[in-house]
Amino acid sequence: MSRLLLNLRVIVALGRRSVRQTFRRPQLFAPILVFPTLLLAIQTGGAGSAVDLEGFPQVNGFLDFMLAGAMVQSCLLAGNSGGIALAVDLEMGFTDRLFAAPISRFAIVAGRLAGTAAFGAVTAVWFLAIGLIFGATIEGGVPGTILMIALVALSATAFGGIGAAVALYTGRASVVQGLFPLVFVVLFLSDAFFPANLMLEPAATIAEYNPLSLIVDGLRELVIGGVDAAAVAEAIGAIALIGAISIGLSALALRRRLRLGA
Amino acid sequence: MPAIEVTGLEREFEGEIRAVDGVDLEVADGEIYAFLGPNGAGKTTTVRMLTTLLRPTGGTARVAGHDVVDEAAEVRRSIGVALQEAALDPLMTGRELIALQATLHGLIGGEAERRGAELLRRVGLAQAADRRVGTYSGGMRRRLDLASALVHEPQVLFLDEPTTGLDPVSRKAIWEEVAALNREGTTVFLTTQYLEEADQLADRVGIIAKGRIVAEGTPAVLKAEVGRPHLEIGLGDGSAAQAERICEAFGRKLPEKDGKLLVEVDGGASEVAKVVRALDEAGITVASLDLVEPTLDDVFVAKTGEHLEGAEEEAAPEAEPVRAGDA
Repeated sequence: MSRLLLNLRVIVALGRRSVRQTFRRPQLFAPILVFPTLLLAIQTGGAGSAVDLEGFPQVNGFLDFMLAGAMVQSCLLAGNSGGIALAVDLEMGFTDRLFAAPISRFAIVAGRLAGTAAFGAVTAVWFLAIGLIFGATIEGGVPGTILMIALVALSATAFGGIGAAVALYTGRASVVQGLFPLVFVVLFLSDAFFPANLMLEPAATIAEYNPLSLIVDGLRELVIGGVDAAAVAEAIGAIALIGAISIGLSALALRRRLRLGA
Repeated sequence: MPAIEVTGLEREFEGEIRAVDGVDLEVADGEIYAFLGPNGAGKTTTVRMLTTLLRPTGGTARVAGHDVVDEAAEVRRSIGVALQEAALDPLMTGRELIALQATLHGLIGGEAERRGAELLRRVGLAQAADRRVGTYSGGMRRRLDLASALVHEPQVLFLDEPTTGLDPVSRKAIWEEVAALNREGTTVFLTTQYLEEADQLADRVGIIAKGRIVAEGTPAVLKAEVGRPHLEIGLGDGSAAQAERICEAFGRKLPEKDGKLLVEVDGGASEVAKVVRALDEAGITVASLDLVEPTLDDVFVAKTGEHLEGAEEEAAPEAEPVRAGDA
């Protein structure tokens, strides 16, 4: 078997383990789907009249506006959970089993990210289903839906890189878990839950430059407007930027860990 | 070609802590080599370097003919590793773990399934294969860990403290499995802090303390270096001086200990009956009689001036006295 094929098989196997592990460990699963779903329900039920504000985007309903934010929140939390799971693997020595195998060591991180990506796709389908059940309209149609699932999976991978980098650098699940509140800070300083143009300063400016806003806008446009190549391209650009930095940091943290033999 | 060849191996950690300080050793193909030493002696650090998990800061090491630094991938293909405290995912089932391990070593499809099922059967986990590892006992975990290390039929098997924390029955099961593997041709390098484990399993033992090998050889040779078996005789009625004279006929008299007469006996257990009979014929009553053989702990004490941690508790059940009446 060629090295490439072996490493691809390993990535798929580790990705499958990662998804299974998330479903089997409620403390990893709950933040990814349950919390964003609850937040979506609370916000949609309690702040639905925000759509009447002047300057609010044209939407069929507040749920249509909120879906993209819920998906990105879910992705960020999936990335964090993936990081926690990797740190737990490091803490209990499971990664030594992988490091002692004749595979590319980055395949170990890639496998974890593949699992996070798969979970991202699951969350996209989950929130699309919720949206359709409760009356949202996906203006992008089938192509828009497929694009959304792909963008959410890619976002999860990029955010997963952040969790993986922190896990590999510190080797401690408690530290990765400490990122949890930051997820909400970053989210609320984007237009995930509220249009940036209606925010007060300095939040409005921060949200405008927050790459998360570009991802949310790209996804939201597929729900409320249709397939807009420019918005999708900007979302892909933001995902690529975050992914390049986070996965690059993961690779550096992995190399450092292997060098130190920690 | 030796299975493992180590020259001047060193590992220094930050803060100039030298965990391994110039280890030289050679393990022949098909041998069981035990690395015996207390916690912190450098056993695990050495194993981590030999299994490519840690880069040495000095010296060289070759495993299965490959350099652990320059040919790390080849080394990983040739070795099986079961590390300390069986690092297993409690959320996976035994079967899933073996399947993952098979994938890591390039086995796929039917071949991987067949090999996995065969190994689970071999270590007695076929019935528990679909249970999550979190529900396994310590012994079951170690057996699963051992099975996973064998999935690709490695040339050299590294076992880092394979029985630490296990009950005697589970420990014996692991020993039997390791011995069976060795009979099938697998070279085994194991670390242990149990004297009995090294004594029972190993063809050769390396005793390590503070990062250096302080003694190496077969258990019998190492023990013979520090002394011969001796009898500790507690006398009842009769003349002590006469008893000493009688015992001196069987071997060199050693300094008295706790009021007991000590005498070396080259023949070990076979001499006991003769000594008791001679004393009895002279009208001397033997109140107690223990046959004491040198242990690897005695070797450790002779080389380092310290006891192996836990050696006394471990030795306690073994040191059953041979009563005069039993002889």
